[in-house]
Amino acid sequence: MGEISLKLNGKLETKDVADNTLLIDFIREHVGLTGTHVGCDTSQCGACVIHLDGVSVKACTMLAKQAEGSEIVTIEGLADGDELHPMQQAFHENHGLQCGFCTPGMVMSAVEMVTKNKNISEDEIRKGLEGNICRCTGYHNIVQSVKAGAAKMGG
Amino acid sequence: MALDNKNNMSVGKSHYQDSSFRQLTGRAEYIDDIPLSENTLHGALILSEIPSGMITSIETEKAKKFDPSITVITAKDIPGRNDIAPIFADEPIFAEKEVTYVGQPIGLIVASSMERARAAVNEVKIVYKKDKTPILDLDLAFKKKNFFLKPIHFERGKANEQIRQAPHKLEGSFSMGGQDHFYLETHIALAIPHENSEFTIWSSTQHPTEVQHGVSNVLNIPAAKISSKVRRLGGGFGGKESQSTIYAAIAALGAYILDKPVKLRLNRKDDMASSGKRHDFEVKYSVGFNKKGKIKGLDITLLSNAGNVCDLSAPVMSRALTHLDNCYSFKDFTARGYICKTNTVSNTAFRGFGGPQGMLAIETILERVSRFLEIDLDELRHENYYSLKNGIKTPYGQIVKNIKIEKMINEMETFAGLEKRKLLVEKFNRSQINKNQPYRKGIAFMPAKFGISFNKVSLNQAGALVHVYTDGSVRLNHGGTEMGQGLFIKVAQVVSECFNIPIDYVHISGTNTDEVPNTSATAASSGSDINGMAAWKAATVIKRRMLKHASKVFQKPPSSIEFKNGLILSGNKSMTFKELAFSCWENRISLSSTGFYKTPKISWDQEKFKGSPYFYFTWGAAVSEAIIDIDTGESRILRADIIQDCGSSLNPLIDRGQIEGGFIQGIGWLTCEELYYSPDGKLLTLGPSTYKIPGSRDVPPEFNIKLLENTPNEEKTIFRSKAVGEPPLLLSISHFLALKNAISMASETSNADLLNAPATPSKILAAVHNDHSM
Repeated sequence: MGEISLKLNGKLETKDVADNTLLIDFIREHVGLTGTHVGCDTSQCGACVIHLDGVSVKACTMLAKQAEGSEIVTIEGLADGDELHPMQQAFHENHGLQCGFCTPGMVMSAVEMVTKNKNISEDEIRKGLEGNICRCTGYHNIVQSVKAGAAKMGG
Repeated sequence: MALDNKNNMSVGKSHYQDSSFRQLTGRAEYIDDIPLSENTLHGALILSEIPSGMITSIETEKAKKFDPSITVITAKDIPGRNDIAPIFADEPIFAEKEVTYVGQPIGLIVASSMERARAAVNEVKIVYKKDKTPILDLDLAFKKKNFFLKPIHFERGKANEQIRQAPHKLEGSFSMGGQDHFYLETHIALAIPHENSEFTIWSSTQHPTEVQHGVSNVLNIPAAKISSKVRRLGGGFGGKESQSTIYAAIAALGAYILDKPVKLRLNRKDDMASSGKRHDFEVKYSVGFNKKGKIKGLDITLLSNAGNVCDLSAPVMSRALTHLDNCYSFKDFTARGYICKTNTVSNTAFRGFGGPQGMLAIETILERVSRFLEIDLDELRHENYYSLKNGIKTPYGQIVKNIKIEKMINEMETFAGLEKRKLLVEKFNRSQINKNQPYRKGIAFMPAKFGISFNKVSLNQAGALVHVYTDGSVRLNHGGTEMGQGLFIKVAQVVSECFNIPIDYVHISGTNTDEVPNTSATAASSGSDINGMAAWKAATVIKRRMLKHASKVFQKPPSSIEFKNGLILSGNKSMTFKELAFSCWENRISLSSTGFYKTPKISWDQEKFKGSPYFYFTWGAAVSEAIIDIDTGESRILRADIIQDCGSSLNPLIDRGQIEGGFIQGIGWLTCEELYYSPDGKLLTLGPSTYKIPGSRDVPPEFNIKLLENTPNEEKTIFRSKAVGEPPLLLSISHFLALKNAISMASETSNADLLNAPATPSKILAAVHNDHSM
């Protein structure tokens, strides 16, 4: 057991947890933010993507300890109250989700991708989404959403 | 009910997914997100490691030493019946003496956390007496006549005589693989005990009623005490139609024994090992035809791999057999269906439910005939399409009405420019051959007809419960489950339309067996058809009462009063929907009603395999363009054009989403998704690292979709819409045909007959090189 402190969506969270606690469990179980999902437990599906100091990370294969002192943003931290982030708005308008289970990870990956590359092309979007799998949509509307989100984010 | 949706309040409009906002902000609650009480325990499954044999002992001492706080639960702890089978009583929740597949649940470990429970599982040792001759594949099961039920055999005309007399004949066989559902949310259940033997079961299920029944049977507690609930599923696709019940019953058993809430969330590996998948099939055929490709006689045998228990394999086979005709009239036709019992995981419902397997069978046969005759596949199809000239009666006796084949072909030619592109593909391939380059393209069209209704007549019923409150808000509940397909928003649109109130007056509530009992699974594409109609009926009852009261208030006949956009209008007087609702309450008028719907006109005699099982047919067509690399066997889909008949769509945005997703799921089944078993029957593809579902770069970069225009359903469905969940998946067969088309042009020696599904690189290479060993 040990104390871990990190900033989660702008709020300092300090919890006493087992040393082998995964970051995803720290966020979901210990802090109680359940918007980030577990799809495969093995770092493949991308449902658990969060931002760690601005970088997309799969929270199911990282120890909470490794995130000590970091700034983390999860899907809950993206919107400003009821005002959606432009990428969330774009997913909403383009029907970029169905069951919604992969969606938090998709959106987090998309935000990072576009933040780093404002003039992102469709090819780059498709490549950038390879680490996030979706079983419902066939990706068509997800790609359209990211394109629209990029435009809204000022690309 | 209006025949078109143009002047409607809500219906026909592209409303967003009902909880899109909450799903995008992390506020949508899935079962894993439900806040737990402090005393909640967690479960992990003990699974069989052998495909067939007897359990001689379950050794748990080491596990209990490892973690003394755990509880081990096995079949002997079950107070009721160890069976949750939906149709035939043959499906135990825990193997008792005999194990029948690798991955079969044998017991549950309950601990204070999921990690502890999973860790303890590794310390349990099962001792078996192994069966030396497990049946692991279809061929062996067929040879040993290891079947569930009596094989189905049905005939129309004299197929074998016609085949003998036909100018040409071909015989052959091929196989198609199964498919894991790979919903992003694995199976999960949370069972909470209450006073007086009541239980709440949260289960990610397409069938809360079956969960209720399963739990009731296992615990020996009346169904009335079991409340089965689900707000949303993180994907279902058929995988949570019957399969959820076992996990829900296991969690409930834990909660019963320990008198504490028990949560069971499977990790991906256990989910893939223990839960059922799409049936793999084998097809054997002989076909007689003339030089134009007119099929004179057809004899088809289907073998399906049911796995260890029968589950839904009988209706899956029925749907496969009743989709062998696709869009073609076969007058002399014989078909047989063998449901094979093997020592592999029980296969189950998966989007299409046998339909895709039946349709792949006939499309592959016709494709082979067209290559044999060296005529265009589409010309051959024309000789055989259902039409007044060719006949409109299916081999199982249903008359095909309102045929839309010609309409689809005409719209597709404008939409996709098929004929011109066929020439471009040939030109591309010639140039590749001339330059000694490895790429070959292929292109193919396919039409699809899909029957709507559950094959079993009794399942075609639905209920709804609507309340209007005195503030004018409306609570909607029905038996359908929301798994991303957009059912909840569609049914809410129907209710909004009925009262002519804005959609946000309608509150959508989660599915539960307390409010609407005795429901059918949300399956067979029927969700919005049957639940929409039940909700319409419930809302209509209330509306009639409200109208009658409004007539008294306004002192005008009901016919002169209009519900319009949240207002009640009568001449130059008006009141709000809220005011009318309040006034109804003051005057002691009930504002609550159930609604019940049963699909009309359907009939089926399973014994004779005859009848009209489908209320109507949906129609669809697709053109796929594929490219292969003949050196590596890799393939891509370059472009897809789809036209789908949704009748008068309830929600075009949602329907298009279903078409896109369904088509790509089919592409996965036919190309990259391969279930790979070790020689001793162990599934080795237990996660996304080895089991490849389509990713963002495996889908066509050019993907054109259109809903068939001006086609209100001729049958009286809800606002003349048509079901859309499964039909688009079948259109992916066009890509398989395009791959065959590319292989047929690969070289002079390539042999497209050898391509079995899924068309993995190794299978494509084998066909390119005419290598029979695959």
